[in-house]
Amino acid sequence: MTKQVQELDHVIIRFAGDSGDGMQLTGDRFTQETAVFGNDLSTLPNFPAEIRAPAGTLPGVSSFQLHFADHDILTPGDAPDVLVAMNPAALKANLKDLPRGAELIVNTDELTKRNLTKVGYGKNPLDDGSLDGYKLHPVPLTSLTVKALEGQDISRKDAERAKNMFALGLLSWLYGRPAEGTLSFLEAKFGKKPEIYKANVTAFQAGWNYGETTEDFAVRYEVKPATIAPGRYRNITGNLALAYGLIAAGQLAKLPLFLGSYPITPASDILHELSKHKKFGVRTFQAEDEISAASAALGAAFGGSLAVTTTSGPGMLLKAETVNLAVSVELPLVVVDVQRAGPSTGMPTKTEQTDLLMALYGRNGESPVPVIAAQSPSDCFFAAIEAARIAVTYRTPVILLSDGYLGNGSEPWRIPDVDTLPDLSAEFAFATSADKPADGDFKPFSRDSRTLARPWAIPGTPGLEHRIGGIEKADGTGDISYDPDNHDLMVRTRAAKIEGIASSIPPLAVDDPSGEAKLLVLGWGSTYGSIGAAVRRARRAGHDVAQAHLRHMNPFPANLGEVLRRYDKVLVPEINLGQLALLLRGKYLADVISYNRVRGLPFRAAELAEAIEEVLSHE
Amino acid sequence: MSENIELNQNGPSRLRSLELVPHAGGLAAKDFKSDQEVRWCPGCGDYAILAAFQAFLPELAVPRENVVVVSGIGCSSRLPYYVSSYGMHSIHGRAPAIASGLASSRQDLSVWVITGDGDALSIGGNHLIHALRRNVNIKIMLFNNRIYGLTKGQYSPTSEQGKVTKSTPYGSLDYPFNPVSLALGAEASFVARSVDSDRKHLQSVLRAAADHRGSAFIEIFQNCPIFNDDAFAPVKEPNAPGLIRLVHGEQVRFGPSGSMGLRQADYGSIEAVEASSVPESELIVHDATRTDPSYAFALSRLDGYEFKHTPIGVFRSVERQSYDDAMAAQIDTVRASGEGDLARLLAGNDTWEVV
Ligand code: SF4
Repeated sequence: MTKQVQELDHVIIRFAGDSGDGMQLTGDRFTQETAVFGNDLSTLPNFPAEIRAPAGTLPGVSSFQLHFADHDILTPGDAPDVLVAMNPAALKANLKDLPRGAELIVNTDELTKRNLTKVGYGKNPLDDGSLDGYKLHPVPLTSLTVKALEGQDISRKDAERAKNMFALGLLSWLYGRPAEGTLSFLEAKFGKKPEIYKANVTAFQAGWNYGETTEDFAVRYEVKPATIAPGRYRNITGNLALAYGLIAAGQLAKLPLFLGSYPITPASDILHELSKHKKFGVRTFQAEDEISAASAALGAAFGGSLAVTTTSGPGMLLKAETVNLAVSVELPLVVVDVQRAGPSTGMPTKTEQTDLLMALYGRNGESPVPVIAAQSPSDCFFAAIEAARIAVTYRTPVILLSDGYLGNGSEPWRIPDVDTLPDLSAEFAFATSADKPADGDFKPFSRDSRTLARPWAIPGTPGLEHRIGGIEKADGTGDISYDPDNHDLMVRTRAAKIEGIASSIPPLAVDDPSGEAKLLVLGWGSTYGSIGAAVRRARRAGHDVAQAHLRHMNPFPANLGEVLRRYDKVLVPEINLGQLALLLRGKYLADVISYNRVRGLPFRAAELAEAIEEVLSHE
Repeated sequence: MSENIELNQNGPSRLRSLELVPHAGGLAAKDFKSDQEVRWCPGCGDYAILAAFQAFLPELAVPRENVVVVSGIGCSSRLPYYVSSYGMHSIHGRAPAIASGLASSRQDLSVWVITGDGDALSIGGNHLIHALRRNVNIKIMLFNNRIYGLTKGQYSPTSEQGKVTKSTPYGSLDYPFNPVSLALGAEASFVARSVDSDRKHLQSVLRAAADHRGSAFIEIFQNCPIFNDDAFAPVKEPNAPGLIRLVHGEQVRFGPSGSMGLRQADYGSIEAVEASSVPESELIVHDATRTDPSYAFALSRLDGYEFKHTPIGVFRSVERQSYDDAMAAQIDTVRASGEGDLARLLAGNDTWEVV
């Protein structure tokens, strides 16, 4: 039969199933197909912290949401247009997010009495009318897959496991995704196990054919490629981009890269990635704990490496003493915090922006540290290079804030031309024997007049032998000093050095197309996409709204105070209880309006748009 | 002559921990003395250890700038300030971790860790055991005075049970660590013990440590005259009856005119015996190179802190690839097929063109 084709400008799909159902893989593949097809896209993986929560239970549900469009988009989308539910738990856990009228594909094979009871369904939701408002497609995904694989040389269990590929095939057909990439991916992944490879390919094709032949799917959708800037693209997650940014920074600074790390969700992928790149001479040190990870990195920094330690919030607490020593001895150290929901263990796989104040102030003494925040998955690449630039130029630890959403989320990335990246090696030089004055001793705490950075004199350099430590140092000589005035001078000098970084960063750019806006929406970090989408909505509704987004959280760009004064109202949305707002109030006496939701998820564009409307309505 | 020269199979050539460190001769102890005023209490054992260390460093025959001394926090950890090489006085307990990062990224350095019983065995216990099992090419000198000195006299993880201190007016409840046993349990490839007041012995142990490629652990009995005076008095006399000088390849003899020896006892333990009371063949000949650590462990268990039979010298020195060597080898192997190309890395395999 010929199917009707309906054109859409965007679609949000959510694949949901048991953590063992391969939903992340399914989502990844659909994302790749979509990227290759040329849509703009944004993704939101959402999975339980437990590796294998009990099968079929609500805590075991894993999902992957993908938003793709024929135009440039900023977020993974608020509410799905399509939900694929592989079992009752996935249905129950995700249905509340599904607007009426959305497409709902349910795997009917899993709707057994036992499975239904496990998640508290008294009756089969397919029969009790509770799904009446949706475009329901009941599909026996498991049995169709098993049937398609009849006669193949695999166990029933393996056949059932291929059901995610059946679902992927069906969805790929439904949205006209190119299949070649998935077929070659399967070959690469299962090439060594021909039976499994064959089963997955067969299941994928069976799903595709099912869409084509069954009457249940009468309409096929088309989302045209987006018009985006020309160039070569790839899809990239924040953690991968961050790892690449660190490798690039090492190359650009002409320094060996050293990573000290301890596994922690959601930052471990950076360690995994960097451990692969020995071709670039990257040294990865999986330490016995977070403290040692940071300490080993600081030791490598003393020796002249571009030193990095990566973690998430709970690890940041433990690294604080090393960061503080790095502040005191003034050595470069990039500290990456992929923030997650807290306090304490919190929700390891969920995102938050709650470590900002800890990054700025979570150490004893006056301990100023530059803080950078990445704003999108691909931006993690550039944020890492910027963090490294500041670290080596100013000889200081730098905290780079990413978060779980950025780390695991992905977006298409126009691959940058390596020649356009900044030459970090021009920003600093190791001290040499020539830095020892002819008539006296080398002064390890003398300062560059422009940056206030002290010399980076690495062991092995004759004539510059010196001792550093966490005890207060005399200005210039670096000798131990308990002199009150010297301490005051050193405290102020370290602060001035960090403040001075502001002169090396671009002014905060404000997007205010009409120039008439009275309201500025100011954000930082991973909320960039949702704030941008919300501001677009407000503008479409006829409002003048300005938007600005901070990358440098310490020091702030020099023009921030002036920008804040320019607008009658400043709305600051944050996935915390108002940490940036507190800073703005304290530093600029700016009476900003906070908007806060701390659900472990990115903002929905709709709720932010509502918040904007709300503020505007009080004009 | 070194008491442990037998371990130095390279003879007078380079000490093995220094194979990748540049060579330099002609340095003297004074070249390693910084201009900082040494500030330990009068009579502190740290003075003697510092002097022995400074006098030993020229033997490394490496440039002064290639020596790095890293310490944690505590009285002993002040030592880097007094050695005119590169140094870092770091964070309480963290010196082995910092030194591990430095040594594994800079194989051209000779890296020494200075630590104490509180620093290494309490707050830094985790880093110590992991540095030892990893076998990074660092030399760890643990000054054991069995007390917290810098914080003015609380019991430490090596203090005897029942010790009355400022924080334990009714006596401490903690059972102490035996640092040598601990290091052996942590898979250390080199474990030794010496005494602050025996400069010659201490230097022989330092020499053996420098000749070991990998982590070396050296416990040094150190007297704190202020808060724990004479904690090691029974073994301070050169001919103390309970002091057992281990010399690799030699039969272990000690006591009055060497009348005592060691022999194997039940369950792998070792006991002290009148040498004349057992057949010569049963007397233990010290072998620090035994792969199995049980023998060295049994030696370390001869004595708690009663000092009836206290071995000093090199308990164990076995070959095991050092962590930094393994790390460098892995990088070399991968790089043999070509260096990384940033543009290719960024492009990856799954790309598409937008025109
Ligand atoms: S307190 Fe004890 S260990 Fe510390 S310097 Fe004084 S004597 Fe030495």
